[in-house]
Amino acid sequence: MQAIMPRLKRAGHYLIVAAFCFFTAAPFLIMIVNTFKQDADLYRPQNNPFIYNVPPTLDNLRLLFEGTNYLGFVRNSLFVGVLVVLITLVVAVPAAYALARLAGSWGERAGIAIFLVYLVPPTLLFIPLFRVVTAFGLNDSVWSLVLVYPTISIPFSTWLLMGFFKSIPRDLEEAAMVDGFSRLMAFFKVVMPLSLSGVIAVTVFTFTLTLHEFVYAMTFISSSDSRPLSVGVPIELVRGDVFYWQSLLAAAVIVAIPVGIVYNMFLDRLVAGFTMGAVKG
Amino acid sequence: MGVVELRGLRKEFGEVKAVNGVDLSIQKGELVVILGPSGCGKTTLMRMVAGLELPTDGEVLIGDRNVTALPPRARDIAMVFQSYALYPHMTVFDNIAFPLKARKAPKEEMAQKVEWAAGILGIQRLLARKPRQLSGGERQRVALARALVKEPAVMLLDEPLSNLDAKLRVSARDELQQFQRNLGITTIFVTHDQIEAMGLGDRIAVMNAGKVRQVGDPQEIYDDPADTFVATFLGSPPMNLLERNGHLLGFRPESFLPLEVARGDREKVTFPFHLGRVENLGSDRLLYGTVEGAERNRTISKLPSTVEVSVEAGETYDFAVCRADLRYFDKESGLRKEPPPREGG
Amino acid sequence: MAETAERTATRKPSEMFPARELSSGAFLADREGLLGILFLAPAVLYIIGLVGIPFFLAIAFSLSDATIGDASLDIVGFRNFSRVIQTPQFRRALFDSFFFTIVAQFIVIVLANILAVVMSRDFRGKWLARTLIILPWATPISLGTIGWKWILDSKFSPIDWVLQQVGLLGGPDALLGPGRHLTYLGVEGLAVSSVILVHVWRILPLATVILMAGLTSIPRDILEQAQVDGAKFWRIHFQVSIPMILPIMSIALLFGLIFTFTDMVVTFILTRGGPVYYTQVLPLWAWFKGIDGGNLGEGAAIALFMFPVLLATAILILRSARRMEVT
Ligand SMILES: Nc1ncnc2c1ncn2[C@@H]1O[C@H](COP(=O)(O)OP(=O)(O)OP(=O)(O)O)[C@@H](O)[C@H]1O
Ligand SMILES: [Mg+2]
Repeated sequence: MQAIMPRLKRAGHYLIVAAFCFFTAAPFLIMIVNTFKQDADLYRPQNNPFIYNVPPTLDNLRLLFEGTNYLGFVRNSLFVGVLVVLITLVVAVPAAYALARLAGSWGERAGIAIFLVYLVPPTLLFIPLFRVVTAFGLNDSVWSLVLVYPTISIPFSTWLLMGFFKSIPRDLEEAAMVDGFSRLMAFFKVVMPLSLSGVIAVTVFTFTLTLHEFVYAMTFISSSDSRPLSVGVPIELVRGDVFYWQSLLAAAVIVAIPVGIVYNMFLDRLVAGFTMGAVKG
Repeated sequence: MGVVELRGLRKEFGEVKAVNGVDLSIQKGELVVILGPSGCGKTTLMRMVAGLELPTDGEVLIGDRNVTALPPRARDIAMVFQSYALYPHMTVFDNIAFPLKARKAPKEEMAQKVEWAAGILGIQRLLARKPRQLSGGERQRVALARALVKEPAVMLLDEPLSNLDAKLRVSARDELQQFQRNLGITTIFVTHDQIEAMGLGDRIAVMNAGKVRQVGDPQEIYDDPADTFVATFLGSPPMNLLERNGHLLGFRPESFLPLEVARGDREKVTFPFHLGRVENLGSDRLLYGTVEGAERNRTISKLPSTVEVSVEAGETYDFAVCRADLRYFDKESGLRKEPPPREGG
Repeated sequence: MAETAERTATRKPSEMFPARELSSGAFLADREGLLGILFLAPAVLYIIGLVGIPFFLAIAFSLSDATIGDASLDIVGFRNFSRVIQTPQFRRALFDSFFFTIVAQFIVIVLANILAVVMSRDFRGKWLARTLIILPWATPISLGTIGWKWILDSKFSPIDWVLQQVGLLGGPDALLGPGRHLTYLGVEGLAVSSVILVHVWRILPLATVILMAGLTSIPRDILEQAQVDGAKFWRIHFQVSIPMILPIMSIALLFGLIFTFTDMVVTFILTRGGPVYYTQVLPLWAWFKGIDGGNLGEGAAIALFMFPVLLATAILILRSARRMEVT
């Protein structure tokens, strides 16, 4: 009798976890299954949608890679991602350091102000930015995204890095200055190596952020050749009424799973950034 | 003129006057201890000498050069932080060599100097380790070696021993003094520990509330305190202060002895001492009580265990102090003053 | 003898390597004020240039007759606003934006509380579970929504298939009707529910993880004290844990509010605002008007209706952030 209760409890616990996992992972499950389904299997409503009623096939993947511009989307996303990461680091690292150390009492307030900029959504700014991008002649070019994405990544990265810099004892920089380096060099020689993990976290988030972004990409870019993944897949793989469903779902899951796993590894940092206070320690 | 000259140095943080007008001259090869209670501005003073803090007012001269506005690297100083501030991402070797790298010294010079500094402090076998693999005492030596290797005109030490346990602190103090004497490096040493200050300093500058109250060698500070603050800050237990006939007079507990013990032919002043409580510390006995006929009259006597007078709490005895051991202070300002012409006991 | 030995041992190497004089020239790299400005300037300029100015540009557009084809800015006053307000699409979008956001956030907070408690315990396979739970937040929302679009498909929905198998759908006397399909995205009520479902799916991971961070930050001894005092698990959760993580919970809630309220991707991929315009939301409607329809002025006016909500949320965040510093 006594032994049954804890076991029941544990089973109940697993049941709840499993139910939630099923809910969150269901779309990906469907995506993976459908990736290898033949048309004859998929498009028969009476077939069990969770198993292969007809032998699986690789044709859908072949179509995705050879018959569509998928690789072009991947290339565009990588190109934009790498450049945005670079711009973000070059701008956010010094800004975060300035707010953490060089600015006096207003540093904290300026930091919060910068963080609030992160909350200004693309859906508020895409119309004027469309005109700005046009004015720069960057319409329909991945460069428009390279220009605009840092407005989202810089505020958040600055906030995150500020926490990192604050957690490095001031003594270390001052020791470096006494040892003969300028403030600037002390920053490069001591602070930067010690905040490497912060820089990595910022890199990961900025990169995933560029992968996620949809509104600007859809607004600024209308030619298939310049589209990144987030927009290219849902728009290009649907031609009129023709949905290449298996290839579409394959395209989504191929990006989703790796990004999800990497994201998961750095999640705690992100949460610390979100919940503010927590990064100070 | 000294290696380090501080002239009218002041530093305010908003309302707080952390350092409030300090003049100090430090000679070549000297070890000056800055002693004062917590929060009196010692660290701030030191940081202004190092160039980590810009003075609100006043000047810092190092080696005849006015360096008030110069950054730390242009000052020819080295500093050991209270936390030691070792770079966690570098080996001990790289930590010690760091100041030489800043100077872009050639490899061979670097190796030789690090070897030399590590040799003096006996840490050659630690060179390949990272700071987190070191004990507190070893870290302190690495920090000292890093300061040494620069061969600075002045070495600044901010409570470098306070993170060590009591036993290690004594031996580290000893070593520190040894090599400071041997190398003849001008040193400023900050502490709030009076025993450290007395044992280590060629001279001591006693600070309180942002001001230097007295500068002198340890004996001078102990025997002839410039004011009541210095008198009561040093010595344990501190100097007794009695208010009598409108004067503030002070004497050390160890000079306050039962009349029959205090023999010798020096002129004495006698006080009726009402004994309240006896504390036996083994080597000494501390007698707490009051002097009758004085206004501020709580008094302590310290008897070495070699004095075998039997005393009992609740009784009143005649205690005496040599007239030469009495110090007079102004009642209002607390400053030392000349003995009044006629003072009887 | 001994003395000379000591002398050599402590002979300074500087006698062999004379120290170089440091040039006391430019100390620009040491000046904190200057360095601070130089370091901060790029970020501030970037944000002013591409967030600040566009924001005011958005206001200017909303007061003008700007279109994609016509670059000139002729101020027409509040005409865009009054014209926009009169359309039923706008009113529906305004309502839906609030409705979706509030209902989704309510569900998310309830579910996230359960999930966070369940996930705070140690169990085998926790890492895998966490990864699976995180996936919706970690993947591009546009791609995740595609999966839902298939699950909610009018003909091939796997949900329909399951319902048919258990006899809830498709039979003559089935509970959910005799039709073989529910057409989730084609009927008003179901389409609204579907959009809310995807929003919940999307925000739940973030809310859960933030709450988990909050739960682990509660000092152990407080919980143990409550246990010693004889309190039961759920009682501890509601009377000790939840009040303690309330500030963090409000942060999670506010982020969820903003992300849901300003999102146009879910509705764009899932329903395009349909059926008719029953799942229209402000940002998507602004996009259709401003970019698709080329009327920048009206689009900007619609988007600006989101601003008061954002402002209120920002103020709330500041408040709770300050409260968190006290604790
Ligand atoms: N950066 C600062 N901002 C504001 N006040 C400061 C700052 N640094 C020091 N103070 C104040 O100046 C006074 C002197 O501080 P300082 O650190 O020099 O004391 P200290 O003598 O070194 O004390 P301790 O023995 O505790 O180290 C203190 O009241 C302190 O609060
Ligand atoms: Mg100090």
